[in-house]
Amino acid sequence: MPEPNRQGEVWVFAEQEEGSLNEVALELCGKARELADRLGVQVGAVLPGAGVKDLAPRLIAQGADRVYVVENPCLGHYQTQPYARVLTTLIERRRPQIVIYGATPLGRDLAPRVASTLRAGMTADCTDLEIDNVVEAKSKQEHPNLLLQIRPAFGGNIIATIVNFDWWPQMATVREGVMALRPPDPSRTGEVIEEKVEISETDLALKLIRRHLEPRKVNLKGARVIVAGGGGVGSKENFKLIYDLAGAIGGAVGASRAAVDSGYIGKEHQIGQTGTTVRPALYIAVGISGAVQHRAGMEDSAKIVAVNKDHDAPIFSVAHYGIVGDFKQVLPLMIKAIKEK
Amino acid sequence: MPYDSIVCVKQVPDTANVTAEAMKEDGTVNRGALPAIFNPEDLNALETALEIKERHGGTVTAVSMGPPKAGEVLRECLYRGADRAILLTDRRAAASDTLATSYILSQAIRTIGRYDFVFCGRQAIDGDTAQVGPQCAEKLGIPQITYLEEVVAIQDRRVQIRRNMGHGWEIVEAALPVLVTVIASANQPRPPSIRRVMRLKKAKVIAELAAEVKDRMPDAAEEKVQAEAQRRAEELKQRGLLIEQWGLDEIHADLARCGMAGSPTKVHRIQAIVLKKEGFVSVPDTEEGIRGLIHELVVDRTLG
Repeated sequence: MPEPNRQGEVWVFAEQEEGSLNEVALELCGKARELADRLGVQVGAVLPGAGVKDLAPRLIAQGADRVYVVENPCLGHYQTQPYARVLTTLIERRRPQIVIYGATPLGRDLAPRVASTLRAGMTADCTDLEIDNVVEAKSKQEHPNLLLQIRPAFGGNIIATIVNFDWWPQMATVREGVMALRPPDPSRTGEVIEEKVEISETDLALKLIRRHLEPRKVNLKGARVIVAGGGGVGSKENFKLIYDLAGAIGGAVGASRAAVDSGYIGKEHQIGQTGTTVRPALYIAVGISGAVQHRAGMEDSAKIVAVNKDHDAPIFSVAHYGIVGDFKQVLPLMIKAIKEK
Repeated sequence: MPYDSIVCVKQVPDTANVTAEAMKEDGTVNRGALPAIFNPEDLNALETALEIKERHGGTVTAVSMGPPKAGEVLRECLYRGADRAILLTDRRAAASDTLATSYILSQAIRTIGRYDFVFCGRQAIDGDTAQVGPQCAEKLGIPQITYLEEVVAIQDRRVQIRRNMGHGWEIVEAALPVLVTVIASANQPRPPSIRRVMRLKKAKVIAELAAEVKDRMPDAAEEKVQAEAQRRAEELKQRGLLIEQWGLDEIHADLARCGMAGSPTKVHRIQAIVLKKEGFVSVPDTEEGIRGLIHELVVDRTLG
């Protein structure tokens, strides 16, 4: 086991498919930037694929200092072993101290295979990452600047913080939509580095027979935070505030049937008996009266915040926090408070 | 052509159905009080293996790593049609993370020897990591196919599998052996066969026998307990009812790669989620009120 490389970069696996980046990779660039600034190191993004080099500037605009591009025709369609070969080779070559992946079906297929080859730690499905000093309970040894890998476990009944003292790199997958997507900064500059990785015949163990992809849907089921608007939002234009709050908080946008029927937002956002049933960590209901059909689709959320003008609205009967007031005033205050936190 | 499958199964606390008995006064969950169940997606993995056996012939071997009590899920495997069951149990394996667990399981699979398929449930409901399957595949040096929804075809030692990619699917083909992880929508697991329950309900691992003997003779010396357990094990073996039990020595495991010593990740802190629902907290619609709310949500980790 080599010594931890404390000067190592913070890396993001830049997941892409058919030449377009998965949004979670952009979210992670922002988080990696924050972690790297705290550590005083650089952010690297690993971008394997075929014909993907043009995606590098977007990763730089989201916070990467270096993009390691690995172009190879056999990386055109994702397959576990060739992609794992790319990651393990580059990690051994460049020795980052942290590597984060989106907790997508692809990321959760790839990351453990990489960790197993490197004999490094891997924490699945994190909802937060922090840097802090940690004192080892048994030896009382202090480990400076470790990655705290925070995740729900036990069916969401506990929150565990996982650390990796010295079997580096420290690696984790991070749930989609949890880290706020920052606005891109096109003026940022960075380096694009083309890396060569040898991919052997045995790495190409799978043959793709057929594939059927659906357009990415609104990911309400997997969202940790949902901001939902109802008939009380009043117009399509007003729904922009719902989107703004969801963007600031790193959440998905939901809606009640009344909002969908009024044409404020598409049906794919509908929550309730006739829409999607959700149980996020936080559900913010804005201008939703809380008909029983809606409540049936969201009342198991861990925390519910209701914003409504009418203090008799039934939504308050399932809420943990209630704000009686005008959402046009309340939401901007919430966005401000989140940005300041 | 017959195919031999190994299925990895786990006994887990039923985290999805928290009972009133398991709720503590302070609103947190007493994990020890949750009932122990067969990890749901491992049943789908077992079903996949049993269907292959029915269609093509071959064998199904179930392996579980855990305390002696995990003998329960191995009996469940036998009731449903598994030919052989092996319990991996060893105090030195306690506190293994996914890397150490996958190392131990892969050593057991190597010890079993011949196989065409290794099946695992996608993930266990206590940790939800979905890592042990892929890590086992890497340790065994074989391809992995995750999120199986359907076995499309098996022919001439090649398999085609349809895997769910979250927003679509793909059919991939691989030469055997492969490790496959199975999701809940793949099939409807069969119930235990009554006839097999009748025949196999006395099947046990030796660790369970030792616990029984200890219960019966609480004051007996350890040696005597072991001797009696050994005698009962011989008797079960004669009747084909002894579930095999292996420790780390039987699978030639490197102890530095097992248990706490072999686990890179350590649990630094556990916070219990406190569930309360006694009316709602009224938040004033002022800047201060809302800042207080957001702060509270950050402190209890609802917000990252």
